Amino acid sequence: MIEIRNVVKTYGRGSAAVHALSGVDLEVSTGEVLMLMGPSGSGKTTLLSIMGCILQATSGSVKIAGQEIVGLAEKKLPKVRLDHFGFIFQGFNLFPALTARENVELTLKLKGITGSAGRKRAEHLLEQVGLADKFKSYPADLSGGQKQRIAIARALAGDPPIILADEPTAALDSHSGLTVMEILTSLARERDRAVVVVTHDSRVLHYADRIVHIADGRIAGSEEEAKEEAA
Amino acid sequence: MVTLAWKNLIHDKVRLVVTLVGIVFALVLILVQFGLFLSFMDTSANIVERSGASLWISAPELPYVNGASPIQESKRWKAMEVPGVERVDRYILAWVPWKLPSGAIENVQITGFSLESKLGGPWNLTAGSVEDLRGEDTVIVDELYKEKLGVTHLGQTVEISNHRARIVGFTRGIRSFTTAPFVFCSFKNAQNYAGGVVKENQTMFLLVRAAAGVNLEQLKTAMKAKLGDFDVLTNAEMHKRTQIYWVFQTGAGITTLLGAVLGLIVGIVVVAQTIYAATVDHIREFGTLKAMGATNSRIYQVILAQAAMSGIFGYVLAMAIAAPISQSSQNGNAPIALPPEVAAGTLALAIAMCAGASIISIRKATRIDPAMVFRG
Repeated sequence: MIEIRNVVKTYGRGSAAVHALSGVDLEVSTGEVLMLMGPSGSGKTTLLSIMGCILQATSGSVKIAGQEIVGLAEKKLPKVRLDHFGFIFQGFNLFPALTARENVELTLKLKGITGSAGRKRAEHLLEQVGLADKFKSYPADLSGGQKQRIAIARALAGDPPIILADEPTAALDSHSGLTVMEILTSLARERDRAVVVVTHDSRVLHYADRIVHIADGRIAGSEEEAKEEAA
Repeated sequence: MVTLAWKNLIHDKVRLVVTLVGIVFALVLILVQFGLFLSFMDTSANIVERSGASLWISAPELPYVNGASPIQESKRWKAMEVPGVERVDRYILAWVPWKLPSGAIENVQITGFSLESKLGGPWNLTAGSVEDLRGEDTVIVDELYKEKLGVTHLGQTVEISNHRARIVGFTRGIRSFTTAPFVFCSFKNAQNYAGGVVKENQTMFLLVRAAAGVNLEQLKTAMKAKLGDFDVLTNAEMHKRTQIYWVFQTGAGITTLLGAVLGLIVGIVVVAQTIYAATVDHIREFGTLKAMGATNSRIYQVILAQAAMSGIFGYVLAMAIAAPISQSSQNGNAPIALPPEVAAGTLALAIAMCAGASIISIRKATRIDPAMVFRG
């Protein structure tokens, strides 16, 4: 689903250049939960951004469902994101002026699904994440776990094949974090989504099918090493 | 996207109020100042506009209609010889003193016209008629100036230039641009009242009525050739010359126009500032939208829809304030015109102002790095 080859990402130029990623190779398959781990500044969020077509790689190759992204015109990237990705953010990034249902409907509107069809789908997704009674609640009135579940429903609304999650449990208590991870894992297992999770949270590593450790902009170690380090 | 714009707009009520106050302030300022300007334009030369004359003949280098010097009325006969002339009438517009009941003096503009042709005569009569001016020492004044002139009723006797005058009629809404009201009377009476300025064989103007179908430019050329060193202006030229003098050369019109422009600038700055602040506050949301796959044009839609909604709300509120102000000003000395074209134009202006004020915000939103959404 995602195929990354020798990806380099450099910020700045000349002596001020910072190499955020240096020759990264990675593949993510459908039905897989991949976790990216590494210390702060290691490049994992940059890698997630490049996977999600939010950042362009300086060089290398990034293929999403077979389509080469590196070098693709900037104006074509929104459609790639819309068609292939659902994003979940550490800070939820919900729209405070919109209700839970309206937040989910927003993705559907971007895909051209409006009116009662959009409303019903949004409600269905919120029911799936256990928020059937929160359709009309505003984010400010909900707990962190509930907000993240709205974010998951929103990420799923466009029926994307890939879910990219950046520290989805970091702002949650233990119970809520595990609930969120169970939802994400079930998406991979039962609905064949590719799920990529950037995390520092050792409590959730057992949900991973594969763990990739990044350090200094490179894939630094195997799954076993990463798990041992986390343990 | 319109829903998001609407929800964003009403979500932060304090900001909405600040935005609307800015827009309403700007629009009311624009409406009032521009309304005053329009009113000035209308009032400054209304006596010319409604004169019904085809040509105005006066002493040379006349700066404006209220600033004429006397000419010999014998020129009338020469003027009547020009082919295409239907008739030529004498006309006086002169500043004369009006004695108030208290003994104080007010200046008025005595307006003496031909009772036969009625060229340059009054309009909008609410009491009496032009025919009543055939009586000796009779005058018509406007209702607006009754109090100023100490007039209480028809038939009242007053004193103009030490001559007796009797009120035989009232008009409504014939304003003077200056502080001196128009007082209408027959040409003959006006000669008496303006005796200090206009001698018995003199007039201030000759008003020409062209025969039907006559080309006015050709008639004007022929008249100038016939009369020699006199100003001959079409009614439109006299109207424009007088308007330009009062509205622009005195600075009165420029001041009101500048007020309107100031209102526009204040409006754009206030709205730009509030919309920019709102955009900055929502920048993370716009970044999220972009990350979700929204194109820049979708983001523009949200910002512009917010701006347009603000403009429409602001306009409705501004009209709710400006319309009563305009209405109540109609009986005063400084009426504020609010014709439907201005009302409609102001709505377009309000939306354009808000959209224009959004440009900085749009530039900001365009440059959002969607990767910001991953930064805590």
